[in-house]
Amino acid sequence: MNEYYYELILDHWRYPRNKGKMKDPDAYAFDSNPLCGDEVEYALKLDDNKRVIDIKFDGHGCALSQASASILSELVKGKTIEEIKNMTKEELLRELGNPNLGPTRIKCALLSYKTLKLAVYSYLGKKLQEEIY
Amino acid sequence: MLDKQRIQIIKKDFPILNREVNEKKLVYLDNAATTQKPIQVIEAIRKYYEYYNANVHRGVYTLAEEATAAYEESRKEIVDFINANSYEEIIFVRNATEAINLVAYAWGRKFIKEGDKIVVSQMEHHSNLIPWQILSREKKAKLEFIGITEEGKLNEEDFNKIDKKTKLVAITHVSNVLGTINRVEEITKIAHELGALVLVDGAQSVPHMPVDVKKIDCDFLAFSGHKMLGPMGIGVLFAKREILEEMPPFLTGGEMIKNVDFYESTWNDLPWKYEAGTPNVEGAIGLAEAIRYLKNIGMENIRAHEKALVKLALSKLSDIKGLVIYGPKDPEIRGGVISFNLGNIHAHDVASILDQEGVQIRAGHHCAKLVMKKFNVPAMARASFYLYNDEEDIDALYSALNVTKKVFGLD
Repeated sequence: MNEYYYELILDHWRYPRNKGKMKDPDAYAFDSNPLCGDEVEYALKLDDNKRVIDIKFDGHGCALSQASASILSELVKGKTIEEIKNMTKEELLRELGNPNLGPTRIKCALLSYKTLKLAVYSYLGKKLQEEIY
Repeated sequence: MLDKQRIQIIKKDFPILNREVNEKKLVYLDNAATTQKPIQVIEAIRKYYEYYNANVHRGVYTLAEEATAAYEESRKEIVDFINANSYEEIIFVRNATEAINLVAYAWGRKFIKEGDKIVVSQMEHHSNLIPWQILSREKKAKLEFIGITEEGKLNEEDFNKIDKKTKLVAITHVSNVLGTINRVEEITKIAHELGALVLVDGAQSVPHMPVDVKKIDCDFLAFSGHKMLGPMGIGVLFAKREILEEMPPFLTGGEMIKNVDFYESTWNDLPWKYEAGTPNVEGAIGLAEAIRYLKNIGMENIRAHEKALVKLALSKLSDIKGLVIYGPKDPEIRGGVISFNLGNIHAHDVASILDQEGVQIRAGHHCAKLVMKKFNVPAMARASFYLYNDEEDIDALYSALNVTKKVFGLD
């Protein structure tokens, strides 16, 4: 029962990690899900090797979208821009415990992933080239 | 409320209500979005395809004649249902959205001029807002709003925004979020005295209560078939005949013409002038069958049933701590719609947990972002009733909400 509201999601919903604003980020993106009004933004600080040394997310919305943003922020800390670019959504979904989500709610879970990819692609001066949903 | 025995008989007509969801009994409470279909409607559509499918108004052979007769009989069923004057006033469209767009494009582009006013309310579904935003921008007309009170009613002080410059008042009969039943007769009276026409969005009223276009005296009425036991893809625009005669066509092509020459053509009689292309014949037949089903139960009885369900739900849910219900508390002026939020839990999370319990409700902004703005929330959860819902469904909603609180650790 309530399989994707298990402790991990609820824990990140109650105590989000890396939440807040960042001054002068190196990479940044904001996106929203018009369906439910979920909003997520990511701000990344990179070192000389384009490695993420700090990450902040901000936003509001359902527990799934916000917990996913929090979990993803922990996942990518220390990774390079190139590594994040090559990351797959399956990696995040595995981290979320592979919840059984329908076509509508998967958008809540992957909003963070899409926003992070937007930040990376915009940092690289490219258009997002990935089918997210 | 309809008596228990009657409800049990009604439930049997809806095969889908037998299924389970997540190993729980299905409790369908999203009737404001779409309703389930009785076996009678499913069978009517099946019979059409199995026995007399043909294109309408074209052939002279038996199948075509039968299909045409059934399509036009369906139109007459609607004339009677909303008490229109004639079949000439009933145009089949895809849904209420298309009906309103038809008015905005055909009537609006001819009759709205720079400096004119269009008055809508803050309570509108986007389908009765966006067409007017686009039209008013295009024509340099002014779009004005009747606001919402804290209680979730129209702010009647804003009725004075309807003035001599106003050409159209477009207003919902029943709010799809707040459930508020608006006094459309009175608005029509005010508008007509000042020379404005009135479009009533009946998507949430026609399925649930007696609606009489003569009594309301509205100039346009839009509604969707799938919200009243009919199939998807069929809806109705009612418009007064004299207005339809003055309006140019909307979509053009086959069926809507009378004479065609190289550079000019003339238009078909009403209502076919507004029905270009092959229509949704199965939809019309299904909708007519749905109306016969509703009439058999009686629209007064359906209204009384939903009123009783709302009264019961409002009183039962009121003891859930942290539950905020939006809209009027008086069942007399409220349709079978209850929108709410539970503590700081997002409406989507509420709907997901309820789903695990078999309870199907809608969550989101309900295509009414201006209502969300008024109550300063990004989303609401919404339970909405119909004739096959009963006390047990409200009990299921109640206990699923308590499960939700437990999952999220709310006291």
